[in-house]
Amino acid sequence: MPAAMTITSPLPSPSAPVTTTPPDAPHSASEALRQTLKRGARRLTRNPLTMAGLAVVLVLLLVAAFAPLIATHAPFAQDLSNALKAPDAAHWFGTDEYGRDIFSRLVYGSRITLYIIALVTIVVGPVGLAVGTISGYFGGWVDTVFMRITDIFISFPGLVLALAFVAALGPGLDHAIIAIALTAWPPIARLARAETLSLRKADFVAAAQLQGASPARIIVRHIVPMCLSSVIVRLTMNMAGVILTAAGLGFLGLGAQPPMPEWGAMISAGRRYMLECWWLVAMPGAAIMMVSLAFNLLGDGLRDVLDPRSE
Amino acid sequence: MSTLSMRLPAISFHRFHGFGNRLVTVAVTLLGLLALTFFIGRVMPLDPVLSIVGSDADQSTYQQVYKQLGLDKPLYMQFGYYLRDLLHGDLGKAMLTGHAVTTDIARVFPATVELATVAILIGTFVGVPLGVYAATRRGRLGDQVVRVISLCGYSVPVFWFGMMGLLIFYAWLGWAGGAGRVDLSYDGLVTRMTGLLLVDSAIQGEWDTFRSALKHITLPACILGLHSMAYISRMTRSFMLAQLSQEYIITARVKGLSERNVIWNHAFRNILVQLLTIVALAYGSLLEGAVLIETVFAWPGFGQYLTSSLLLGDMNAVMGCVLLIGIIFVTLNLIADALYQVFDPRTR
Repeated sequence: MPAAMTITSPLPSPSAPVTTTPPDAPHSASEALRQTLKRGARRLTRNPLTMAGLAVVLVLLLVAAFAPLIATHAPFAQDLSNALKAPDAAHWFGTDEYGRDIFSRLVYGSRITLYIIALVTIVVGPVGLAVGTISGYFGGWVDTVFMRITDIFISFPGLVLALAFVAALGPGLDHAIIAIALTAWPPIARLARAETLSLRKADFVAAAQLQGASPARIIVRHIVPMCLSSVIVRLTMNMAGVILTAAGLGFLGLGAQPPMPEWGAMISAGRRYMLECWWLVAMPGAAIMMVSLAFNLLGDGLRDVLDPRSE
Repeated sequence: MSTLSMRLPAISFHRFHGFGNRLVTVAVTLLGLLALTFFIGRVMPLDPVLSIVGSDADQSTYQQVYKQLGLDKPLYMQFGYYLRDLLHGDLGKAMLTGHAVTTDIARVFPATVELATVAILIGTFVGVPLGVYAATRRGRLGDQVVRVISLCGYSVPVFWFGMMGLLIFYAWLGWAGGAGRVDLSYDGLVTRMTGLLLVDSAIQGEWDTFRSALKHITLPACILGLHSMAYISRMTRSFMLAQLSQEYIITARVKGLSERNVIWNHAFRNILVQLLTIVALAYGSLLEGAVLIETVFAWPGFGQYLTSSLLLGDMNAVMGCVLLIGIIFVTLNLIADALYQVFDPRTR
């Protein structure tokens, strides 16, 4: 039959040589890492939304770093003759009830926002990782105890628990940061535990165990690195939440206190004049939303790249 | 706040085999919750004795009240007393109103339930169709638009959005009712039955009040519902995608069924149980947004009670509220699990 002759199998014939490594296989761990990063970066840059998020985050970093150069006025300088001025050429975002320039205050406020994010992340990342990996690796009663504690913290909505902690500690920026950190570690711990559970029976862990590695070494050298990518994604997305919780606390008068140019506190202060002077509230809120959205977009994009299981 | 979404407890699929186990877990969690609120109440730098006797009281009065509050006992006995009082439904007295905290909470809670219920209805009936639409347009423009909308829902500070809403729809356009649950002229016309103003006024035939209440609740409920909408639409999308990639869908399409039939009668019906659990969880997280939204809209509910007590340093009231929110959260989680057990044949 001539028709059958034209059909060629797309599969290689069984006799073809089977190569175990593709030609571009990495020769060392560092090279493998480089290749992974390159591939990741390529996928990251392909998504315009992720890039937009990254751009906003970079702008935020630059603004915070060069705040004195960017601000057009001093953030605390009062000028009562110019109070509550609508946005114009001299005051791009208008002035508040003390005649302070809102644009300049927003610029300096970016430093507070970054300070909050950085401190919370520095605390929450390692704590969550430690609790999660230890819990997952050892299992048994260690796991039960740690996970019950996590359950308790997770059974409150974050803001409400933070409210309770701030109520106990007293209002203030540092107390707000402590409160947010106390409420933000459980999801990280759960995530790290789930990752560890899927890893602890893996062959490379068994190999390390057979070589006599201590549990501490296995967790730190073999398990934590494998958890890092998903934890980083989660932390990035958490940053959006941290910003919102901090702003919410500031708005309720429990976070940063006036005259600090914290964005949530600025909204709270501007609330009284809102009906006549919309810019007092609109500008800081827009800043919070943009930064929070940027972190969400970035986290979303990072997840697509770093987490192979996500769709 | 977005935070909520990220902190919504993941549904624990691995736990479904033992509902009895689950109950034990819940009991332990509740006990831990109590210990946590007790502990927070005790590390408070405010002196509870001083807030009762005042700063002018002499030493003997101070000591007497100190003893009365049980503060001279060791911490574990104090915790015991706390538990005992709690089991008798006693959360202490609120400084602000002078009533028992439980009475206060019973008074303000229906207003929050009303707001949260309207919000979750809005969130569900907007979020689910958006999610289904995004799943059917996967990777295309429609999907990206829905993605941005829901990420915005996660990212917007809810109190700010509420204030902007008031500014635009109340002050500028005059479409929405302003602060509070009802216009002042209708205040007190409806006798309290369920505490839900919309229900009470409808039962009593006070339609003017009903209309006014509806006008007042729409804006805060929409804004509060935005976050649930974002969460629900994203979860719907991923549930739908999981269904649409399965073989029975291919079979249905090969049979020549219309796309609409395939999506709504085949795929969507299979995600209903999952959706129900998601909605239950989202409902709990609304309480968090309610704390902020009620402050903005002067909504006389639970959130406003919590924040005003907070600013006064009234720990009895604050801890009562926090405890209640924790209990509601845990209960909703339990309900979500139970729904799964009841409706999903695979878990039987």
